[in-house]
Amino acid sequence: MARTPFNLLAALVLTCGSSLFAADEPVVAPAPAATAAATTEPTAAAAPVLTIDQRLTAVEATAKTAADSAGQVAFNAGDNAWMLTSTLLVLLMTLPGLALFYGGLVRRKNVLGTMMQSVAIAGIVSVIWAICGYAIAFGDGGSAQNGIWGGFKQFMFLDGVVWDSKTGSIPGPNGDYAASIPHGTFALFQLMFAIITPALICGAYAERMKFSAMAIFSTLWLFIVYLPLAHMVWGKNGMLNWGFNDNLGGAFDFAGGTVVHISSGVAALMTAVFLGKRKNYGKEAMPPHNLTYSFIGACLLWVGWFGFNAGSALSAGTLATLAFANTHFATAAAALTWPLAEWIIRGKPTVLGAISGAVAGLVAITPACGFVTPMSALIIGALAGIICFIATSYLKQALKYDDALDAFGVHGIGGIWGAIATGLFFAPTANPGIAALNKPLAAALAAGTHPVLMLQLKAVLIAIVLSAVGSAIILTIVKFTIGLRLTDEDELAGLDLSQHGEEGYHGLS
Amino acid sequence: MKMIEAIIQPSKLEAVKEALNEVEVVRLTISDVQGFGRQKGHTEIYRGHEYTVNLLRKVKLQIAVNDEFVEPTVQAIIKAGRTGEEGKVGDGKIFIMPLEDCIRIRTGERGSEAI
Repeated sequence: MARTPFNLLAALVLTCGSSLFAADEPVVAPAPAATAAATTEPTAAAAPVLTIDQRLTAVEATAKTAADSAGQVAFNAGDNAWMLTSTLLVLLMTLPGLALFYGGLVRRKNVLGTMMQSVAIAGIVSVIWAICGYAIAFGDGGSAQNGIWGGFKQFMFLDGVVWDSKTGSIPGPNGDYAASIPHGTFALFQLMFAIITPALICGAYAERMKFSAMAIFSTLWLFIVYLPLAHMVWGKNGMLNWGFNDNLGGAFDFAGGTVVHISSGVAALMTAVFLGKRKNYGKEAMPPHNLTYSFIGACLLWVGWFGFNAGSALSAGTLATLAFANTHFATAAAALTWPLAEWIIRGKPTVLGAISGAVAGLVAITPACGFVTPMSALIIGALAGIICFIATSYLKQALKYDDALDAFGVHGIGGIWGAIATGLFFAPTANPGIAALNKPLAAALAAGTHPVLMLQLKAVLIAIVLSAVGSAIILTIVKFTIGLRLTDEDELAGLDLSQHGEEGYHGLS
Repeated sequence: MKMIEAIIQPSKLEAVKEALNEVEVVRLTISDVQGFGRQKGHTEIYRGHEYTVNLLRKVKLQIAVNDEFVEPTVQAIIKAGRTGEEGKVGDGKIFIMPLEDCIRIRTGERGSEAI
């Protein structure tokens, strides 16, 4: 065989590939040696002894034996790689995705203050998560039947999650949540969801809330609204979780339509109502100061959302691919329908319309992406673009609240549409998890007797009530203690100078 | 010596610079300005919300010239700064002011030598 550069490359790929596939498998030649050989002495390059097919057969056999002996899905490095990647993709949605998206939509005097809200929330939520947030959302609280609150017993300080203090080792998978990835990966992945949810609310109270009030509101909101809701929908024995105890009253929320978007959207509306309008709202033009930031931010949201949705498969299998495809097609459709509606009604398709449509599509497909087919995803997304366009253009003006950056119009309305659409377009056999985890549910779905749409509406209602009441209580507490709003003078000066003593755009040199 | 200040349409900047170059006026300062005059604003729509923008973007030229260059400069700006044959409301204005002195920082030269 002639040693052409192409052959060398192929040999290199094969040898490196083998070490990626399975650590247990004997590796013919270590990758660094092959690299060195390729650069120095061509004839010494280690030629692969086995073909790709032979290697794959061996890997599959090893994986199957391990899975069979464990009686469940075995730890899988490929799954862990994808889930760690998904985790960072979800963080990318907030930092810098959402920070840029919102930062560009405000006036220039508020750009830093708005970005600061995202980064401060990321810090606050992460610290709480490490101490007790994960325990409340995903612990069982010592009681098998607590469907709302995970409590302060199991998983406190991430013990037994990222580090096991009893054995002094790193814990492996937790079969209750994700059997093929380390428990720590699951907890970190979920943390990124907890970060973006309160950060989404910033869009409603933008340009007028005190930084201190924002920080306290976000902290209390995490405890009173987010963590209980996450426990209900995703936690062990959660009342809306279909994955435990053969629960037939659960909701289908693949990646967080209720937990993330309805909850944050409704809270956003409450903050807009409690804070009141921005000074001179309606009299003075308040156009976005830098739509190019918003464009970059929205595109990062689209990319990051693949981690959010496809990552919610919690493995790198076929379900992840389905969720990935659904996410993309719904988003693409919505990115077309919103500006199309503008074009017809207002005469021009706008860039802000296109990126807002994309976000609306992402929100709407979030609960559905693991339960519907790609053609349904196109319809869900297309309608999301139109529904959210109507909500932000007409509903807001009709009801006269100042949801500054349309957090309710896009996340609240889009989230509610997505939850309902999940019921409308539900494909009973799309998600293999149902048959594996809940046989009575799979049977009821197969028989067509399961009231999917009613249960979706029930979950929507629970999320709306919990978030509205919880947010109202917190906002009242903050209002009468430290106060919610900036003084008029500070609001006119902007968040950047009044809250942080900085300016986003400075000087001439 | 005169200081000529002209407010022009941003879209005419390149044409005006070229026209000035033809009459050998090659030193000028340009700034981004906003303002309004007889030209009405336009509307911008963000997520269905219309804003009337009445502070319009213009470009301001500042040109210091010796007296014999005043008229060619003015004519060049008029010729290149007009929209279409007739011109349009919003094409801007030219202001001419007496210039008391001019100093080149590098050499310290003064007066028309320094321009």
